[in-house]
Amino acid sequence: MSLPPLPLDAIDVGLHVPDWRAAVGAAGAALERSGSTGPGYTERMVGVIEEFGAYVVIAPGLALAHARPGPDVLTEGLSVVTLAEPVAFGHPHNDPVNVILGLAVTTGDEHVHFVAELANVFNDASIIPALAAAPDAASVRSLLGITAPNGEDASTEESS
Amino acid sequence: MKIVALCGVGIGTSAILKVNAERALERLDIEADVTAADIASVKLAAADAQVILTSSELVPSIGKTNADVIIIDNFFDLDELTAKLETALG
Repeated sequence: MSLPPLPLDAIDVGLHVPDWRAAVGAAGAALERSGSTGPGYTERMVGVIEEFGAYVVIAPGLALAHARPGPDVLTEGLSVVTLAEPVAFGHPHNDPVNVILGLAVTTGDEHVHFVAELANVFNDASIIPALAAAPDAASVRSLLGITAPNGEDASTEESS
Repeated sequence: MKIVALCGVGIGTSAILKVNAERALERLDIEADVTAADIASVKLAAADAQVILTSSELVPSIGKTNADVIIIDNFFDLDELTAKLETALG
């Protein structure tokens, strides 16, 4: 099972953000821009962290922003945001964070299909620093082992 | 043997923890049933569990339990998961 499609507009590289809320906001904006989610999903991802704390920081430097399925999830999607300067989420071991994955799923089951693939990619400890250092969206996508979605213009990828 | 992988909303991080816990158990050659759960369902899910795997952030939300609570720092680190599971179950 492969990861969900990752269009280049779902990737934001080298952002400057003041805090974790803005970082999660960027991951939410990327999901929305790529057509995966509608308005409201970003706030729900922030709400999960407000309610349960920084447990979404699941590895050193990496946050997996997500919320429950809901009407604001149009189709399953993944987004990737890397930060120019890392921010603290408040996690006792894994702060500071410079890579944020945004995740949107329509049902719990659907999610479990590609989570194993996500684990495969991230079980390699070198992937998080490599993503943080990636110079552009196409490099991020290739590090994750994801191919361009059908119909995406190859020249777009080269020029971005 | 039952193990619960716990996260806040039960879809993102708990599923990753479940997948990697199963990989660690395979390394240890231990048979166990790993269930993903969220805070809302943990009481029921963990009622007959030996071990709860979770993030330090969520420990206060678990409340009273007879299961061993194991804090995992890096959900992708199979060495950490294997070592902590081996200590808890060995």
